[in-house]
Amino acid sequence: MNMPIGRKILLTSLLLSIVLMVSSILAISAGSSGLHFWETLAILAGKGEPDSATATIIWQIRLPRVILAASVGGTLALGGLVFQALLRNPLAEPYILGISGGSAIGAIMAMLIGLSYFPGVAIFSFTGSLLVLGFVTLLAGSTLGNTMLGRDSLLLGGVMMNAFCAAVIMFLISMTRSFQVQHILYWLMGDLSALQKGQLPILLLVLPCFAVIYVLARPMNLLLLGRETASAMGINVKNTVLLLLVITSLMVSVIVSLSGLIGFVGLVIPHIFRLILGPDHRLLVPSCILGGASYMIFCDLLARVLPSSGEMPVGIITALIGAPLFIILLLRRNT
Amino acid sequence: MNNILDIRNISLNYRNKIILSDVSCEVKRGEFFVIIGPNGAGKTSLLKILAGLQKAQQGSVLIKGKNISAYTRRSLSKTMAIVPQQIEIGFPFSVTETVIMGRTPHLGILGMESEKDFAIAQEAMAFTEVTHLAERKLFQLSGGELQRVIIARAICQQPDIILLDEPTTALDPAHQLKIMDLMEKFRREHGTTIIMVSHDLNLASMYSDRLLLLKEGRVVKTGTPKTVLHKKLLEESYGCEMEIDESPLGQVARVTPVPDKYKPL
Repeated sequence: MNMPIGRKILLTSLLLSIVLMVSSILAISAGSSGLHFWETLAILAGKGEPDSATATIIWQIRLPRVILAASVGGTLALGGLVFQALLRNPLAEPYILGISGGSAIGAIMAMLIGLSYFPGVAIFSFTGSLLVLGFVTLLAGSTLGNTMLGRDSLLLGGVMMNAFCAAVIMFLISMTRSFQVQHILYWLMGDLSALQKGQLPILLLVLPCFAVIYVLARPMNLLLLGRETASAMGINVKNTVLLLLVITSLMVSVIVSLSGLIGFVGLVIPHIFRLILGPDHRLLVPSCILGGASYMIFCDLLARVLPSSGEMPVGIITALIGAPLFIILLLRRNT
Repeated sequence: MNNILDIRNISLNYRNKIILSDVSCEVKRGEFFVIIGPNGAGKTSLLKILAGLQKAQQGSVLIKGKNISAYTRRSLSKTMAIVPQQIEIGFPFSVTETVIMGRTPHLGILGMESEKDFAIAQEAMAFTEVTHLAERKLFQLSGGELQRVIIARAICQQPDIILLDEPTTALDPAHQLKIMDLMEKFRREHGTTIIMVSHDLNLASMYSDRLLLLKEGRVVKTGTPKTVLHKKLLEESYGCEMEIDESPLGQVARVTPVPDKYKPL
Protein backbone atom coordinates (compact mmCIF):
# COMPACT_ATOMS: atom_id res chain seq x y z
CA MET A 1 0.00 0.00 0.00
CA ASN A 2 1.55 3.25 -1.07
CA MET A 3 -0.54 6.12 0.26
CA PRO A 4 0.96 9.59 0.60
CA ILE A 5 2.16 10.06 4.15
CA GLY A 6 -0.18 12.99 4.83
CA ARG A 7 -3.28 10.97 4.04
CA LYS A 8 -1.94 8.00 5.99
CA ILE A 9 -1.50 10.19 9.09
CA LEU A 10 -5.01 11.62 8.79
CA LEU A 11 -6.63 8.27 8.27
CA THR A 12 -4.81 6.57 11.14
CA SER A 13 -5.48 9.47 13.50
CA LEU A 14 -9.15 9.50 12.58
CA LEU A 15 -9.49 5.78 13.17
CA LEU A 16 -7.69 5.94 16.51
CA SER A 17 -9.75 8.97 17.57
CA ILE A 18 -12.90 6.91 17.06
CA VAL A 19 -11.39 4.11 19.16
CA LEU A 20 -10.54 6.68 21.85
CA MET A 21 -14.08 8.11 21.83
CA VAL A 22 -15.71 4.71 22.10
CA SER A 23 -13.43 3.49 24.88
CA SER A 24 -13.94 6.76 26.79
CA ILE A 25 -17.73 6.52 26.66
CA LEU A 26 -17.54 2.85 27.58
CA ALA A 27 -15.33 3.62 30.58
CA ILE A 28 -17.54 6.49 31.69
CA SER A 29 -20.67 4.38 31.54
CA ALA A 30 -19.26 1.38 33.37
CA GLY A 31 -19.09 1.22 37.13
CA SER A 32 -20.02 -0.80 40.18
CA SER A 33 -23.69 -0.37 39.32
CA GLY A 34 -23.27 -1.93 35.88
CA LEU A 35 -23.12 -0.52 32.37
CA HIS A 36 -25.44 2.29 31.29
CA PHE A 37 -24.24 3.15 27.83
CA TRP A 38 -27.21 5.12 26.42
CA GLU A 39 -28.00 6.86 29.67
CA THR A 40 -24.38 8.02 29.85
CA LEU A 41 -24.49 9.30 26.28
CA ALA A 42 -27.61 11.29 27.12
CA ILE A 43 -26.00 12.83 30.22
CA LEU A 44 -22.81 13.68 28.35
CA ALA A 45 -24.90 15.28 25.61
CA GLY A 46 -26.49 17.53 28.25
CA LYS A 47 -29.85 15.77 28.31
CA GLY A 48 -31.34 13.94 31.27
CA GLU A 49 -31.49 15.23 34.83
CA PRO A 50 -28.31 17.15 35.67
CA ASP A 51 -28.72 16.65 39.42
CA SER A 52 -29.26 12.90 39.47
CA ALA A 53 -26.79 10.69 41.32
CA THR A 54 -25.64 9.11 38.05
CA ALA A 55 -24.95 12.52 36.52
CA THR A 56 -22.89 13.56 39.54
CA ILE A 57 -20.86 10.36 39.43
CA ILE A 58 -20.23 10.82 35.75
CA TRP A 59 -19.22 14.48 35.86
CA GLN A 60 -17.38 14.47 39.19
CA ILE A 61 -15.72 11.07 39.25
CA ARG A 62 -15.68 9.03 36.08
CA LEU A 63 -15.05 11.72 33.46
CA PRO A 64 -12.06 13.24 35.32
CA ARG A 65 -10.69 9.76 35.81
CA VAL A 66 -11.02 8.91 32.13
CA ILE A 67 -9.31 12.18 31.21
CA LEU A 68 -6.47 11.35 33.60
CA ALA A 69 -6.16 7.82 32.22
CA ALA A 70 -6.07 9.16 28.66
CA SER A 71 -3.40 11.75 29.50
CA VAL A 72 -1.30 9.17 31.35
CA GLY A 73 -1.55 6.62 28.54
CA GLY A 74 -0.89 9.09 25.74
CA THR A 75 2.03 10.74 27.54
CA LEU A 76 3.74 7.53 28.60
CA ALA A 77 3.36 5.90 25.17
CA LEU A 78 4.72 8.99 23.46
CA GLY A 79 7.51 9.24 26.02
CA GLY A 80 8.52 5.66 25.31
CA LEU A 81 8.47 6.29 21.58
CA VAL A 82 10.74 9.32 21.92
CA PHE A 83 13.23 7.61 24.21
CA GLN A 84 13.41 4.53 21.99
CA ALA A 85 14.32 6.80 19.09
CA LEU A 86 16.72 9.05 21.03
CA LEU A 87 18.62 6.19 22.61
CA ARG A 88 18.16 3.92 19.60
CA ASN A 89 17.33 1.16 22.02
CA PRO A 90 14.21 -0.99 21.82
CA LEU A 91 14.16 -1.50 25.59
CA ALA A 92 13.95 2.20 26.33
CA GLU A 93 10.83 3.50 28.07
CA PRO A 94 9.93 6.87 29.61
CA TYR A 95 11.45 5.93 32.96
CA ILE A 96 14.77 4.66 31.66
CA LEU A 97 16.84 7.76 32.35
CA GLY A 98 15.89 7.83 36.02
CA ILE A 99 12.90 10.19 35.93
CA SER A 100 10.89 7.54 37.74
CA GLY A 101 13.51 7.04 40.43
CA GLY A 102 13.74 10.75 41.17
CA SER A 103 10.00 11.22 41.38
CA ALA A 104 9.57 8.09 43.50
CA ILE A 105 12.10 9.34 46.05
CA GLY A 106 10.30 12.68 46.15
CA ALA A 107 6.89 11.06 46.54
CA ILE A 108 8.00 8.66 49.26
CA MET A 109 9.65 11.43 51.26
CA ALA A 110 6.46 13.47 51.04
CA MET A 111 4.43 10.50 52.25
CA LEU A 112 6.86 9.90 55.11
CA ILE A 113 6.55 13.43 56.41
CA GLY A 114 2.80 13.00 56.14
CA LEU A 115 1.90 15.36 53.31
CA SER A 116 -1.38 14.94 51.47
CA TYR A 117 -1.56 13.31 48.05
CA PHE A 118 -2.14 16.66 46.44
CA PRO A 119 -0.38 19.00 46.31
CA GLY A 120 2.32 17.68 48.68
CA VAL A 121 3.24 14.35 47.15
CA ALA A 122 2.80 15.66 43.60
CA ILE A 123 5.11 18.63 44.15
CA PHE A 124 7.77 16.56 45.90
CA SER A 125 7.63 13.96 43.17
CA PHE A 126 7.84 16.56 40.41
CA THR A 127 10.82 18.19 42.13
CA GLY A 128 12.54 14.83 42.42
CA SER A 129 12.19 14.15 38.73
CA LEU A 130 13.39 17.66 37.85
CA LEU A 131 16.57 17.07 39.83
CA VAL A 132 17.20 13.87 37.90
CA LEU A 133 16.37 15.62 34.64
CA GLY A 134 18.91 18.32 35.43
CA PHE A 135 21.58 15.72 35.97
CA VAL A 136 20.65 13.78 32.83
CA THR A 137 20.64 16.97 30.75
CA LEU A 138 24.14 17.84 31.93
CA LEU A 139 25.24 14.33 31.07
CA ALA A 140 23.60 14.51 27.64
CA GLY A 141 25.16 17.91 26.95
CA SER A 142 28.63 16.60 27.63
CA THR A 143 28.23 13.28 25.82
CA LEU A 144 26.59 14.80 22.73
CA GLY A 145 29.37 17.33 22.24
CA ASN A 146 31.90 14.54 22.11
CA THR A 147 31.52 12.41 19.01
CA MET A 148 34.20 10.07 20.20
CA LEU A 149 32.12 8.89 23.17
CA GLY A 150 29.99 5.82 22.62
CA ARG A 151 26.37 6.40 21.76
CA ASP A 152 25.24 4.46 24.81
CA SER A 153 26.81 6.69 27.46
CA LEU A 154 23.59 8.62 28.04
CA LEU A 155 21.63 5.39 28.34
CA LEU A 156 24.15 3.91 30.77
CA GLY A 157 24.20 7.11 32.81
CA GLY A 158 20.41 6.94 33.10
CA VAL A 159 20.43 3.29 34.08
CA MET A 160 22.98 4.05 36.82
CA MET A 161 20.80 6.93 37.99
CA ASN A 162 17.87 4.54 38.25
CA ALA A 163 19.92 1.97 40.14
CA PHE A 164 21.05 4.61 42.61
CA CYS A 165 17.47 5.84 43.10
CA ALA A 166 16.25 2.27 43.56
CA ALA A 167 18.73 1.85 46.40
CA VAL A 168 17.50 5.04 48.07
CA ILE A 169 13.89 3.89 47.65
CA MET A 170 14.68 0.52 49.25
CA PHE A 171 16.40 2.31 52.08
CA LEU A 172 13.42 4.60 52.65
CA ILE A 173 10.99 1.69 52.58
CA SER A 174 13.12 -0.31 55.01
CA MET A 175 12.94 2.59 57.45
CA THR A 176 9.16 2.91 57.12
CA ARG A 177 6.51 1.67 59.51
CA SER A 178 4.31 -0.99 58.00
CA PHE A 179 1.03 0.93 57.62
CA GLN A 180 2.74 3.44 55.34
CA VAL A 181 4.34 0.80 53.19
CA GLN A 182 1.09 -0.01 51.44
CA HIS A 183 0.61 3.64 50.43
CA ILE A 184 4.12 3.69 49.02
CA LEU A 185 3.65 0.42 47.16
CA TYR A 186 0.41 1.65 45.61
CA TRP A 187 2.14 4.80 44.44
CA LEU A 188 5.01 2.76 42.99
CA MET A 189 2.53 0.57 41.10
CA GLY A 190 0.62 3.55 39.78
CA ASP A 191 -2.75 4.75 40.93
CA LEU A 192 -5.37 6.72 39.05
CA SER A 193 -7.91 6.94 41.85
CA ALA A 194 -6.48 9.84 43.84
CA LEU A 195 -7.10 12.62 41.34
CA GLN A 196 -9.59 15.37 42.15
CA LYS A 197 -11.53 17.22 39.47
CA GLY A 198 -9.86 20.52 40.33
CA GLN A 199 -6.44 19.12 39.41
CA LEU A 200 -7.40 18.35 35.83
CA PRO A 201 -6.13 21.65 34.33
CA ILE A 202 -2.57 20.60 35.25
CA LEU A 203 -2.90 17.92 32.60
CA LEU A 204 -3.18 20.61 29.93
CA LEU A 205 0.58 21.09 30.37
CA VAL A 206 1.24 17.99 28.30
CA LEU A 207 -0.50 19.36 25.18
CA PRO A 208 2.22 21.84 24.12
CA CYS A 209 4.74 19.03 24.69
CA PHE A 210 2.78 16.84 22.25
CA ALA A 211 2.90 19.65 19.68
CA VAL A 212 6.66 20.17 19.97
CA ILE A 213 7.31 16.45 19.68
CA TYR A 214 5.12 16.23 16.59
CA VAL A 215 7.15 18.96 14.92
CA LEU A 216 10.31 16.99 15.71
CA ALA A 217 8.88 13.73 14.34
CA ARG A 218 10.81 13.84 11.08
CA PRO A 219 14.14 14.72 12.72
CA MET A 220 13.51 11.70 14.97
CA ASN A 221 13.33 9.51 11.86
CA LEU A 222 16.77 10.75 10.91
CA LEU A 223 18.14 10.24 14.42
CA LEU A 224 17.36 6.54 13.99
CA LEU A 225 19.99 6.50 11.23
CA GLY A 226 22.65 7.71 13.63
CA ARG A 227 23.76 11.12 14.80
CA GLU A 228 26.28 11.71 12.05
CA THR A 229 23.88 10.82 9.28
CA ALA A 230 21.22 13.04 10.84
CA SER A 231 23.76 15.88 11.05
CA ALA A 232 24.82 15.35 7.48
CA MET A 233 21.22 15.77 6.40
CA GLY A 234 20.79 19.11 8.08
CA ILE A 235 19.56 18.25 11.58
CA ASN A 236 21.08 20.14 14.49
CA VAL A 237 21.50 16.95 16.48
CA LYS A 238 22.56 18.37 19.81
CA ASN A 239 19.70 20.87 20.05
CA THR A 240 17.14 18.39 18.76
CA VAL A 241 18.15 15.67 21.20
CA LEU A 242 18.30 18.04 24.18
CA LEU A 243 14.93 19.59 23.36
CA LEU A 244 13.28 16.18 22.96
CA LEU A 245 14.89 14.95 26.15
CA VAL A 246 13.75 17.91 28.24
CA ILE A 247 10.24 18.19 26.77
CA THR A 248 9.56 14.48 27.08
CA SER A 249 10.91 14.25 30.60
CA LEU A 250 8.86 17.25 31.69
CA MET A 251 5.58 15.85 30.46
CA VAL A 252 6.35 12.44 31.94
CA SER A 253 7.23 14.10 35.26
CA VAL A 254 3.91 15.93 35.33
CA ILE A 255 2.05 12.71 34.68
CA VAL A 256 4.04 10.66 37.17
CA SER A 257 3.54 13.23 39.91
CA LEU A 258 -0.23 12.79 39.52
CA SER A 259 -0.47 9.06 38.90
CA GLY A 260 2.58 7.31 40.28
CA LEU A 261 4.65 4.87 38.28
CA ILE A 262 2.42 3.10 35.80
CA GLY A 263 4.64 0.69 33.96
CA PHE A 264 4.71 -1.02 30.61
CA VAL A 265 2.47 1.33 28.58
CA GLY A 266 5.50 3.34 27.56
CA LEU A 267 7.37 0.24 26.49
CA VAL A 268 4.79 -1.77 24.65
CA ILE A 269 2.52 0.75 22.87
CA PRO A 270 5.29 2.24 20.70
CA HIS A 271 6.42 -1.26 19.75
CA ILE A 272 2.92 -2.37 18.83
CA PHE A 273 2.43 0.63 16.54
CA ARG A 274 5.89 0.27 15.07
CA LEU A 275 5.06 -3.33 14.17
CA ILE A 276 1.81 -2.29 12.51
CA LEU A 277 2.71 1.06 10.97
CA GLY A 278 6.46 0.95 10.38
CA PRO A 279 9.17 3.28 11.70
CA ASP A 280 7.97 6.71 10.47
CA HIS A 281 7.53 8.97 13.52
CA ARG A 282 5.21 11.38 11.72
CA LEU A 283 2.75 8.50 11.81
CA LEU A 284 3.85 7.05 15.16
CA VAL A 285 3.60 10.22 17.25
CA PRO A 286 -0.16 10.79 16.80
CA SER A 287 -0.80 7.04 16.89
CA CYS A 288 1.02 6.56 20.19
CA ILE A 289 -0.81 9.50 21.79
CA LEU A 290 -4.26 8.31 20.73
CA GLY A 291 -3.56 4.59 21.04
CA GLY A 292 -1.79 4.92 24.39
CA ALA A 293 -4.72 6.95 25.70
CA SER A 294 -7.28 4.37 24.55
CA TYR A 295 -5.24 1.50 25.93
CA MET A 296 -4.90 3.14 29.34
CA ILE A 297 -8.62 3.92 29.52
CA PHE A 298 -9.37 0.32 28.69
CA CYS A 299 -6.92 -1.05 31.26
CA ASP A 300 -8.20 1.31 33.93
CA LEU A 301 -11.74 0.18 33.17
CA LEU A 302 -10.72 -3.42 33.77
CA ALA A 303 -8.85 -2.46 36.94
CA ARG A 304 -12.05 -0.89 38.26
CA VAL A 305 -14.62 -3.53 37.26
CA LEU A 306 -12.73 -6.85 37.49
CA PRO A 307 -12.26 -7.12 41.27
CA SER A 308 -15.50 -7.85 43.13
CA SER A 309 -14.69 -5.12 45.63
CA GLY A 310 -12.31 -2.16 45.44
CA GLU A 311 -9.91 -1.98 42.52
CA MET A 312 -6.49 -3.26 41.58
CA PRO A 313 -3.47 -1.24 40.51
CA VAL A 314 -3.81 -0.48 36.82
CA GLY A 315 -0.12 -1.21 36.24
CA ILE A 316 -0.89 -4.89 36.70
CA ILE A 317 -3.46 -4.85 33.90
CA THR A 318 -1.28 -2.89 31.47
CA ALA A 319 1.40 -5.56 31.61
CA LEU A 320 -0.96 -8.55 31.84
CA ILE A 321 -2.62 -7.59 28.55
CA GLY A 322 0.21 -5.77 26.82
CA ALA A 323 2.90 -8.44 27.07
CA PRO A 324 0.92 -11.29 25.46
CA LEU A 325 -0.55 -8.91 22.87
CA PHE A 326 2.91 -7.81 21.84
CA ILE A 327 4.22 -11.38 21.62
CA ILE A 328 1.27 -12.41 19.44
CA LEU A 329 1.95 -9.50 17.08
CA LEU A 330 5.63 -10.35 16.95
CA LEU A 331 4.93 -14.00 16.10
CA ARG A 332 2.37 -13.12 13.42
CA ARG A 333 4.86 -10.67 11.92
CA ASN A 334 7.48 -13.38 11.64
CA THR A 335 5.31 -15.94 9.89
CA MET B 1 37.09 31.63 -7.92
CA ASN B 2 37.59 28.11 -9.11
CA ASN B 3 38.02 26.25 -5.82
CA ILE B 4 34.87 24.88 -4.26
CA LEU B 5 36.83 23.76 -1.21
CA ASP B 6 39.87 25.28 0.48
CA ILE B 7 41.42 23.40 3.33
CA ARG B 8 43.98 25.47 5.20
CA ASN B 9 46.44 24.15 7.79
CA ILE B 10 44.05 21.77 9.51
CA SER B 11 45.18 20.01 12.69
CA LEU B 12 43.30 17.60 14.90
CA ASN B 13 44.52 15.87 18.06
CA TYR B 14 42.74 13.39 20.22
CA ARG B 15 44.15 12.49 23.64
CA ASN B 16 47.62 13.69 22.69
CA LYS B 17 47.57 11.62 19.54
CA ILE B 18 47.99 13.51 16.30
CA ILE B 19 45.14 12.64 13.93
CA LEU B 20 45.75 15.38 11.36
CA SER B 21 48.66 17.78 11.23
CA ASP B 22 48.79 20.92 9.11
CA VAL B 23 46.76 19.50 6.23
CA SER B 24 46.16 21.90 3.36
CA CYS B 25 44.71 21.33 -0.08
CA GLU B 26 42.10 22.65 -2.42
CA VAL B 27 39.47 20.96 -4.52
CA LYS B 28 38.25 22.49 -7.77
CA ARG B 29 34.63 22.72 -8.76
CA GLY B 30 33.51 19.57 -10.55
CA GLU B 31 36.65 17.65 -9.69
CA PHE B 32 36.82 13.91 -8.91
CA PHE B 33 39.10 14.03 -5.87
CA VAL B 34 40.25 10.90 -4.07
CA ILE B 35 41.93 10.75 -0.65
CA ILE B 36 44.20 7.73 -0.18
CA GLY B 37 46.55 6.55 2.54
CA PRO B 38 47.10 3.64 4.91
CA ASN B 39 44.74 2.73 7.76
CA GLY B 40 44.85 5.32 10.52
CA ALA B 41 46.26 8.03 8.23
CA GLY B 42 43.34 10.33 9.09
CA LYS B 43 41.33 10.01 5.87
CA THR B 44 37.95 9.54 7.52
CA SER B 45 38.68 12.28 10.07
CA LEU B 46 39.52 14.66 7.24
CA LEU B 47 36.27 13.74 5.48
CA LYS B 48 34.30 14.35 8.68
CA ILE B 49 35.90 17.76 9.10
CA LEU B 50 34.98 18.62 5.51
CA ALA B 51 31.40 17.52 6.20
CA GLY B 52 31.27 19.66 9.35
CA LEU B 53 30.69 16.59 11.52
CA GLN B 54 33.86 17.23 13.44
CA LYS B 55 35.72 20.44 14.25
CA ALA B 56 39.39 20.85 13.57
CA GLN B 57 41.37 22.33 16.46
CA GLN B 58 43.39 24.48 14.10
CA GLY B 59 43.02 25.69 10.58
CA SER B 60 39.98 26.45 8.50
CA VAL B 61 37.78 24.95 5.83
CA LEU B 62 36.31 27.25 3.19
CA ILE B 63 33.38 26.00 1.16
CA LYS B 64 32.58 28.14 -1.84
CA GLY B 65 34.81 30.78 -0.30
CA LYS B 66 32.87 30.87 2.99
CA ASN B 67 34.13 29.47 6.28
CA ILE B 68 32.40 26.23 7.23
CA SER B 69 31.59 27.56 10.70
CA ALA B 70 29.50 30.31 9.09
CA TYR B 71 27.12 27.71 7.63
CA THR B 72 24.10 26.45 9.55
CA ARG B 73 23.73 22.67 9.65
CA ARG B 74 20.86 23.04 7.23
CA SER B 75 22.57 25.21 4.65
CA LEU B 76 25.66 23.01 4.83
CA SER B 77 23.50 19.98 4.05
CA LYS B 78 22.18 21.69 0.94
CA THR B 79 25.77 22.18 -0.19
CA MET B 80 27.24 18.85 0.76
CA ALA B 81 26.03 15.26 1.08
CA ILE B 82 27.93 12.39 2.64
CA VAL B 83 27.80 8.67 1.91
CA PRO B 84 29.11 7.17 5.16
CA GLN B 85 31.16 4.05 5.59
CA GLN B 86 28.69 2.38 7.91
CA ILE B 87 24.99 2.46 7.25
CA GLU B 88 22.37 1.89 9.93
CA ILE B 89 19.80 -0.59 8.65
CA GLY B 90 18.30 -1.66 11.98
CA PHE B 91 15.03 0.22 11.50
CA PRO B 92 12.76 -1.06 8.74
CA PHE B 93 12.60 2.00 6.49
CA SER B 94 11.87 1.25 2.85
CA VAL B 95 14.12 2.28 -0.01
CA THR B 96 11.81 5.15 -1.01
CA GLU B 97 11.54 6.39 2.58
CA THR B 98 15.32 6.31 2.88
CA VAL B 99 16.01 8.12 -0.36
CA ILE B 100 13.49 10.88 0.32
CA MET B 101 15.16 11.57 3.68
CA GLY B 102 17.75 13.32 1.56
CA ARG B 103 15.18 16.07 1.02
CA THR B 104 15.36 16.99 4.73
CA PRO B 105 17.36 20.23 4.38
CA HIS B 106 14.88 21.45 1.75
CA LEU B 107 11.67 20.82 3.72
CA GLY B 108 9.48 23.12 5.84
CA ILE B 109 8.90 22.90 9.59
CA LEU B 110 6.40 20.02 9.57
CA GLY B 111 8.70 18.00 7.32
CA MET B 112 6.07 17.01 4.78
CA GLU B 113 7.36 16.22 1.31
CA SER B 114 5.69 17.71 -1.75
CA GLU B 115 5.09 16.13 -5.16
CA LYS B 116 8.27 17.84 -6.29
CA ASP B 117 10.29 16.16 -3.55
CA PHE B 118 8.89 12.80 -4.60
CA ALA B 119 9.78 13.52 -8.22
CA ILE B 120 13.37 14.36 -7.21
CA ALA B 121 13.58 11.12 -5.20
CA GLN B 122 12.20 9.12 -8.15
CA GLU B 123 14.77 10.66 -10.45
CA ALA B 124 17.62 9.91 -8.01
CA MET B 125 16.44 6.29 -7.68
CA ALA B 126 16.23 5.92 -11.44
CA PHE B 127 19.74 7.31 -11.79
CA THR B 128 21.26 4.80 -9.35
CA GLU B 129 19.02 2.02 -10.76
CA VAL B 130 17.16 1.16 -7.56
CA THR B 131 13.64 2.01 -8.74
CA HIS B 132 12.63 -1.67 -8.82
CA LEU B 133 13.59 -1.94 -5.11
CA ALA B 134 11.41 1.00 -4.02
CA GLU B 135 9.24 -0.93 -1.54
CA ARG B 136 11.97 -3.17 -0.13
CA LYS B 137 13.30 -2.67 3.38
CA LEU B 138 16.96 -1.73 3.72
CA PHE B 139 17.90 -4.95 5.50
CA GLN B 140 16.62 -6.94 2.52
CA LEU B 141 19.18 -5.42 0.16
CA SER B 142 22.58 -6.68 -0.98
CA GLY B 143 25.68 -4.59 -0.29
CA GLY B 144 25.75 -3.11 -3.78
CA GLU B 145 22.04 -2.28 -3.74
CA LEU B 146 22.29 -0.65 -0.31
CA GLN B 147 25.22 1.49 -1.44
CA ARG B 148 23.25 2.67 -4.50
CA VAL B 149 20.28 3.54 -2.27
CA ILE B 150 22.49 5.64 -0.01
CA ILE B 151 24.01 7.36 -3.06
CA ALA B 152 20.48 8.10 -4.31
CA ARG B 153 19.77 9.69 -0.92
CA ALA B 154 22.88 11.86 -1.26
CA ILE B 155 21.84 12.88 -4.80
CA CYS B 156 18.39 13.75 -3.44
CA GLN B 157 20.02 16.44 -1.28
CA GLN B 158 20.99 18.19 -4.54
CA PRO B 159 24.40 19.11 -3.17
CA ASP B 160 27.35 20.78 -4.89
CA ILE B 161 29.71 18.28 -3.29
CA ILE B 162 29.26 14.57 -2.54
CA LEU B 163 31.62 12.99 -0.01
CA LEU B 164 32.01 9.21 -0.03
CA ASP B 165 33.83 7.19 2.61
CA GLU B 166 35.18 3.97 1.09
CA PRO B 167 32.02 3.25 -0.91
CA THR B 168 33.45 0.24 -2.73
CA THR B 169 35.23 -1.60 0.09
CA ALA B 170 32.80 -4.48 0.59
CA LEU B 171 31.78 -4.92 -3.04
CA ASP B 172 32.76 -7.29 -5.84
CA PRO B 173 34.60 -5.83 -8.88
CA ALA B 174 31.47 -5.41 -11.01
CA HIS B 175 29.65 -3.53 -8.24
CA GLN B 176 32.75 -1.47 -7.52
CA LEU B 177 32.83 -0.30 -11.12
CA LYS B 178 29.07 0.30 -11.05
CA ILE B 179 29.40 2.68 -8.08
CA MET B 180 32.41 4.46 -9.56
CA ASP B 181 30.76 4.76 -12.99
CA LEU B 182 27.62 6.18 -11.40
CA MET B 183 29.60 8.83 -9.56
CA GLU B 184 31.59 9.69 -12.69
CA LYS B 185 28.42 9.94 -14.78
CA PHE B 186 26.67 12.09 -12.18
CA ARG B 187 29.65 14.43 -12.02
CA ARG B 188 29.75 14.74 -15.82
CA GLU B 189 26.03 15.45 -16.08
CA HIS B 190 25.64 17.80 -13.10
CA GLY B 191 29.08 19.25 -12.51
CA THR B 192 28.98 17.98 -8.92
CA THR B 193 32.29 17.75 -7.09
CA ILE B 194 33.10 14.22 -5.89
CA ILE B 195 35.41 13.68 -2.93
CA MET B 196 36.08 10.07 -2.03
CA VAL B 197 38.15 8.20 0.51
CA SER B 198 39.42 4.95 -0.96
CA HIS B 199 41.73 2.06 -0.24
CA ASP B 200 41.61 0.91 -3.83
CA LEU B 201 44.58 2.53 -5.50
CA ASN B 202 43.67 1.21 -8.93
CA LEU B 203 40.13 2.59 -8.82
CA ALA B 204 41.62 5.86 -7.59
CA SER B 205 44.05 5.82 -10.48
CA MET B 206 41.36 5.15 -13.08
CA TYR B 207 38.70 7.59 -11.92
CA SER B 208 40.28 10.50 -10.07
CA ASP B 209 41.40 13.84 -11.46
CA ARG B 210 43.65 14.40 -8.50
CA LEU B 211 44.75 12.41 -5.47
CA LEU B 212 45.66 13.36 -1.92
CA LEU B 213 48.03 10.92 -0.23
CA LEU B 214 47.93 11.06 3.59
CA LYS B 215 50.24 9.38 6.03
CA GLU B 216 50.07 9.69 9.82
CA GLY B 217 47.91 12.76 9.51
CA ARG B 218 50.20 14.62 7.12
CA VAL B 219 49.93 15.32 3.43
CA VAL B 220 52.57 13.31 1.57
CA LYS B 221 51.59 14.58 -1.86
CA THR B 222 48.71 16.07 -3.80
CA GLY B 223 48.45 15.88 -7.57
CA THR B 224 47.35 13.88 -10.60
CA PRO B 225 47.28 10.09 -10.24
CA LYS B 226 50.45 9.84 -12.35
CA THR B 227 52.44 12.01 -9.93
CA VAL B 228 51.06 10.66 -6.66
CA LEU B 229 51.05 6.96 -7.57
CA HIS B 230 54.80 6.89 -7.46
CA LYS B 231 56.68 3.82 -6.31
CA LYS B 232 58.81 5.53 -3.66
CA LEU B 233 55.97 7.58 -2.22
CA LEU B 234 53.58 4.64 -1.97
CA GLU B 235 56.15 2.29 -0.50
CA GLU B 236 57.08 4.81 2.17
CA SER B 237 53.46 5.60 2.98
CA TYR B 238 52.01 2.11 3.02
CA GLY B 239 55.11 0.33 4.21
CA CYS B 240 55.06 -2.43 1.63
CA GLU B 241 56.71 -3.01 -1.69
CA MET B 242 54.79 -1.80 -4.73
CA GLU B 243 55.25 -2.21 -8.46
CA ILE B 244 53.83 0.47 -10.71
CA ASP B 245 53.38 0.14 -14.43
CA GLU B 246 51.00 1.25 -17.11
CA SER B 247 47.58 -0.39 -17.06
CA PRO B 248 46.62 -2.40 -20.16
CA LEU B 249 43.86 0.22 -20.53
CA GLY B 250 46.61 2.71 -21.35
CA GLN B 251 47.14 6.21 -19.93
CA VAL B 252 46.62 5.14 -16.30
CA ALA B 253 49.02 3.83 -13.69
CA ARG B 254 48.49 0.35 -12.30
CA VAL B 255 49.63 -0.40 -8.75
CA THR B 256 50.55 -3.93 -7.70
CA PRO B 257 51.47 -4.54 -4.04
CA VAL B 258 54.18 -7.18 -3.96
CA PRO B 259 53.66 -10.19 -1.65
CA ASP B 260 56.67 -11.74 0.08
CA LYS B 261 56.66 -14.88 -2.06
CA TYR B 262 57.22 -12.82 -5.22
CA LYS B 263 60.11 -10.83 -3.80
CA PRO B 264 63.60 -11.76 -5.04
CA LEU B 265 65.64 -13.45 -2.32
